[in-house]
Amino acid sequence: MQSALVVVIMSFIVFSGVFLVGDPVEILVSDDADQEEREMMIKSMGLDKPFLVQYGIFISKAVRGDLGDSFVFQEPALLLILDRMPATMELAVVALLIAIIFGIPLGVWAGLKPESLASKSIMTGSILGFSLPTFWVGIMMILLFAVLLGWLPSTGRGDVQIILGMPISVFSWDGFSHVLMPAVNLALFKLSMVIRLARAGTREVMHQDYIKFARAKGLKESRIILVHVLKNILIPVVTVLGLEFGGLVAFSVVTETVFAWPGMGKLLIDSIGLLDRPIIVAYLMIIVFLFVFINLVVDICYSILDPRVRLEDIKS
Amino acid sequence: MSFSDSPTLEVKDLKTYFFTKGGIARAVDGVSFSVGRGKVLGLVGESGSGKTVTGFSILGLVDEPGRIVSGEILYRGENLVSASMGRMRELRGLNISMIFQDPMMTLNPVLRIDTQMIEAIQAHEKISKDDARQRARDVLGQVGIASPDERLRAYPHQFSGGMRQRVAIAIALLNKPDLIVADEPTTALDVTIQGQILYEVQKLCSQTGTALIWITHDLSVVAGLADDICVMYAGRIVEQGSVNSVLDNPRHPYTHGLISSVPSRNRRGVPLAQIPGMAPSLLKLPKGCSFGPRCPQVTADCGIIPNISMLDKGRQLRCHNPLDALVSPKLKD
Amino acid sequence: MTIIENNPELMAEDRNDEENYEGAQTPLRRFLSDFCEARLAVFGFFIILVIALVAIMAPFIAPTDPYNLATVSILDSRLEPGEAMMSGTIAYLGTDGAGRDMVSAMIYGLRISLGVGIGSGIIAMLIGISFGLLSAYAGGKIDSVFMRIVDIQLSFPAILVALVLLVTLGKGVDKTIIALVVVQWAYYARTIRGTALVERRREYIESAVCLGLSKNRIMFRHLLPNCLAPMIVVGTMQIAHAISLEATLSFLGLGMPQTEPSLGRLISNGFEYILSGKYWISVYPGIALLITIVSINLVGDRLRDVLNPRLQK
Ligand SMILES: Nc1ncnc2c1ncn2[C@@H]1O[C@H](COP(=O)(O)OP(=O)(O)OP(=O)(O)O)[C@@H](O)[C@H]1O
Ligand SMILES: [Mg+2]
Repeated sequence: MQSALVVVIMSFIVFSGVFLVGDPVEILVSDDADQEEREMMIKSMGLDKPFLVQYGIFISKAVRGDLGDSFVFQEPALLLILDRMPATMELAVVALLIAIIFGIPLGVWAGLKPESLASKSIMTGSILGFSLPTFWVGIMMILLFAVLLGWLPSTGRGDVQIILGMPISVFSWDGFSHVLMPAVNLALFKLSMVIRLARAGTREVMHQDYIKFARAKGLKESRIILVHVLKNILIPVVTVLGLEFGGLVAFSVVTETVFAWPGMGKLLIDSIGLLDRPIIVAYLMIIVFLFVFINLVVDICYSILDPRVRLEDIKS
Repeated sequence: MSFSDSPTLEVKDLKTYFFTKGGIARAVDGVSFSVGRGKVLGLVGESGSGKTVTGFSILGLVDEPGRIVSGEILYRGENLVSASMGRMRELRGLNISMIFQDPMMTLNPVLRIDTQMIEAIQAHEKISKDDARQRARDVLGQVGIASPDERLRAYPHQFSGGMRQRVAIAIALLNKPDLIVADEPTTALDVTIQGQILYEVQKLCSQTGTALIWITHDLSVVAGLADDICVMYAGRIVEQGSVNSVLDNPRHPYTHGLISSVPSRNRRGVPLAQIPGMAPSLLKLPKGCSFGPRCPQVTADCGIIPNISMLDKGRQLRCHNPLDALVSPKLKD
Repeated sequence: MTIIENNPELMAEDRNDEENYEGAQTPLRRFLSDFCEARLAVFGFFIILVIALVAIMAPFIAPTDPYNLATVSILDSRLEPGEAMMSGTIAYLGTDGAGRDMVSAMIYGLRISLGVGIGSGIIAMLIGISFGLLSAYAGGKIDSVFMRIVDIQLSFPAILVALVLLVTLGKGVDKTIIALVVVQWAYYARTIRGTALVERRREYIESAVCLGLSKNRIMFRHLLPNCLAPMIVVGTMQIAHAISLEATLSFLGLGMPQTEPSLGRLISNGFEYILSGKYWISVYPGIALLITIVSINLVGDRLRDVLNPRLQK
């Protein structure tokens, strides 16, 4: 219910925000076009109607899955974006995996030995990860690995295979080498975050009585860490990471621009340059939906991981 | 002392200190006692007197900034203070187990009860999951948990505090250890369950020869259960001996105070005697006998720490001005 | 545990102990000595001082004026580090595509980046504090409405919100600051509300109410000072975040205009030359940006550890 409200409010904010943007006619109509041609153009795009009417038309079409045609490509904006979506999703998922696979062990390690040199370096490194502006790191990666060393391709996406009906590139070497740099780039920020969450969680859990009790049972340290500690810290980490997945998709705007990754973020930036309103609006609406959807999924995951939540659900 | 020849556990002059920012907290300061096979030792004392830390020291579970500074903990002659981490892990849960004080915190909230019980068995022997589960179920039944099969699949938050404590007790009993350190295990339980647990524990001690250290505030439980008693005050044992002789005839003013502050039917209507003042902070212990400032018998002698004096029948006492046998209050009706 | 908690006398005694222990030092001394325990943070603090000084003194320090179109010549474009420009000035870090001396451009860019970051941070803090305190103090409906707004806004990534705003508003210093303020105020509001709610229940507020002090007075003279510690921590982190965000937006072609390049814009300008190996245009402004942000974060991180009452002891 609340999510539906959020979607409606956001649609209005997004639409009215974008409505104010420049004059797309200026860009689309050639300079020597006469007044009549301009009028025709404005009419055909529905730009002559009052704002609220335009919004009404937008909404009534939107519920039918029609978010308008791109001014530039003359194709449905929604299709254009959905077309680019798999590339973005692939990038975000690979980045998320990198953040989890490296972040949790590093964070747990730092949490177990907070005073050790390794732990301090990990934490200082994570500050670096927070501080480094993503786009600059991307540029530096291109400079180092593509220009100077020539190990990895600088931009673009590799060969795409259709797997389970989805165009995916990571499983071929070519595709993997293309996705590696942008994915690491995108993951850096979340990696730092996972490290910090995992460390804080570990430090807190390690002081709990039930860890001492687990020791009193004579469990091996490895089991205590891998089962007792990990299962507890996974809860906050999964929640936050899940919620941040939307942020990852949104932030891929930057990474995609740097690495010329053909995803929907790059499409957005290009469209902003061209003042292609329907695409901007459609992109933002899709992101809003994505966020609402992610919130739902995270809630579900959370209740699977944390037995206490499930009980409360049953009660209420 | 009236202990059997080769005690299961012998603690000699144990000192466990916490090196905190504000100074050294001598939580356990020169504690000695022993427990024989099948015997029950009651460890009593006010809050903060170092009972729990003593228990943790035996299992080698003292956390930073605490450390066992000196002393010996002999488990069947083996010194645990110098034992390796691996050896301690082997002993814990199998030979020596502990029931923690706070039942709400001892079970991992995100793991099911069966996981937490089965892992305790499998940590020490090669046994199939089904067999381990079978054993876990039996022991749960022993401590009075109804329909244990169902309960095994539950999570800790689905249990009441008393039930969690029983689960913790069950986990301590799983491997039939030689020694159980029970830290106020029945405080959270109602009287009938408490009785049932006490019965089970007593049976275990007499049948399998398990030695038991029973930490508690409740003198009446000690009176009914323990063979011997140690009274702790501010990290030191001030008086110890067999339960009957100590409770019937306390010689240390602190023990006397403790016994008089237990409500009793005989003295209904008479205001309860209280020990004046509060337990001292370990960081700012008074000079000499730490009970001095609260003691009705205090004299100038108490400015130096009294030595342990041996009385008859294995009783030990740390006091310059012991009470004589006549002033003893009666605990048991 | 339970026994200690249930016994008010023991609790009281514990507190006394702490007070006595802390009483040995004044709070400020204690804070300073705690802070200085981490050498890295102290180092970061000095770097920030130097950077701030450079930014303030930019017109006096910079070898050339990168905004003066009369002196900037396209003939100087993309000189390598160390080459001399037409005017005879040596471009120690090379020149950019428009022929601007990189050293000068960076000093001015730093000025803009810092100005925008700190400016937006302070405005956002003022707005956030007002709303947060109001929300905490008013409670009830007002509080829940405010916090709903804050929650919804915070659930969307800052970069997208700022992006949409700048698409709508266009380029410019003022517009960038507006976008950054909109992105940031909610963090402050939420933080201060949380702290204020805790502080409000403390005895000193109750006694102030009993004394019949006015609401405003209680809010600003009594509540606010006690919420300062978390504000300082959030503030430092947010300023670093704002600087980074501004750079990112400028890189995407939004935010600061080409005529007043911030560090982000400079990096963005150099990006097109990266593949041809002309690294300096992107690399050096990036390093300047990085040092700035890292220093602020180091200090912020330490401040959080030192000021966090839960970690004290
Ligand atoms: N981690 C620690 N750091 C510093 N001091 C500690 C720590 N753990 C325990 N102590 C100190 O050791 C003393 C003894 O604590 P202990 O828990 O053994 O008391 P107790 O006799 O079990 O009390 P209770 O009946 O309340 O359980 C306390 O005064 C406490 O201040
Ligand atoms: Mg205790």
